[in-house]
Amino acid sequence: MEILGLSLAMVVLFVGFGLLVGVLFGFFGMGGSFLVTPALLVMGYPTRVAVGSGLAFVFGTSVIATLKHRDMGQVDYKLGVLMIAGTTAGIEAGKEIVLHLEALGLAGSIISVTYVVLLGGIGAFVTYEALRGGDGGDGIDHDAAEDDVDADDIPEIAKKIQSYRIPPMISLRGGVSVSLWMILGVAFATGLLSGFLGVGGGFIRMPALFYLIGVPVPIAVGTDLFEIVFSGGLGSFLYALDGGVDLAIVLPLLAGSAFGARVGSAATSIVDEDDIKVYFGLMLLGGALAVAVREIGNVYGIGALNTVSLVLILGSALLVSGAVVYSSITALREESQSSSPV
Amino acid sequence: MVDLAAFASMGAGSIDAAMLIGAVLLEAAILYVGYGAVEEVFGQRVVERLRGE
Repeated sequence: MEILGLSLAMVVLFVGFGLLVGVLFGFFGMGGSFLVTPALLVMGYPTRVAVGSGLAFVFGTSVIATLKHRDMGQVDYKLGVLMIAGTTAGIEAGKEIVLHLEALGLAGSIISVTYVVLLGGIGAFVTYEALRGGDGGDGIDHDAAEDDVDADDIPEIAKKIQSYRIPPMISLRGGVSVSLWMILGVAFATGLLSGFLGVGGGFIRMPALFYLIGVPVPIAVGTDLFEIVFSGGLGSFLYALDGGVDLAIVLPLLAGSAFGARVGSAATSIVDEDDIKVYFGLMLLGGALAVAVREIGNVYGIGALNTVSLVLILGSALLVSGAVVYSSITALREESQSSSPV
Repeated sequence: MVDLAAFASMGAGSIDAAMLIGAVLLEAAILYVGYGAVEEVFGQRVVERLRGE
């Protein structure tokens, strides 16, 4: 039996994989192209189709996850539009740097090393912060989006950035007030890295919104997703022009991820972020290790390392999405026990 | 001289690409509404089961 030209087993595989990615995407606002594109490449799809279909899938999932976060009041549209403006300029600048490095014949190695260092660095930082209690060590409630953020919950770097009162000042959700120029600066820097590394940038932007601008985690996730709708939509359109989007891949993936994104988004209002932050950091570390292994495989021509890389990425994604679901169920049970009469 | 054939084929490509992305957007909207309805009907029951009630 075939659906969209794929065997039933492949359709089930794509739906299941989409479910896994959707949970991560809904919860963290990242993880789409980071997971899907390498998986499609290892499955033997051409690079153009793997990247284009990955982007189209990210676009569809971000639409669903953004709508869900909007329902919970976790999208700051003003911040989102400013971030899009700054990021777009940054991506252009990043692309120019890549073209310059390509002319020098250094692009491949420098980009790979930067990717591993950045992914590993953010992963190590988030894991360290989570293990030691972090800035705002008591954690920020995921359901605190409607309330003004507690000063103790704002990371030190964000407090420093917020202290530069260069007009015009922009009021953001959560009672945060930041200079327009600081927002554009952070957006430009994240866009620069995104354009330089050729990635969607959720894993850079979401921590940047929290650690650098100081918006509460749920709003950082919702606003990041809102931005991905535009970047994913434009990116997939450009790839679709060259026939790089395969609906037979995108449609079943999206069917699974739409459900997973609902689960992940709903979990943000149940699970304490600190419970899960350590897994998020470990997933980034796993991703950095996977990219390093793949690069070593490419340099030395060891094909098996590509498979090891994929197993590392999928394993860490499975671990973290499982942790999100498990922590949600545990939190619900604890809530039920604490509210039941003794 | 303007290459009208190339221009026209680019336009057709843009329409095809836009329709492809539109199909993804349509599926996303249908899934959002569909799964939303499922959540509305079964969500509370599932949460109660998970809470052990």
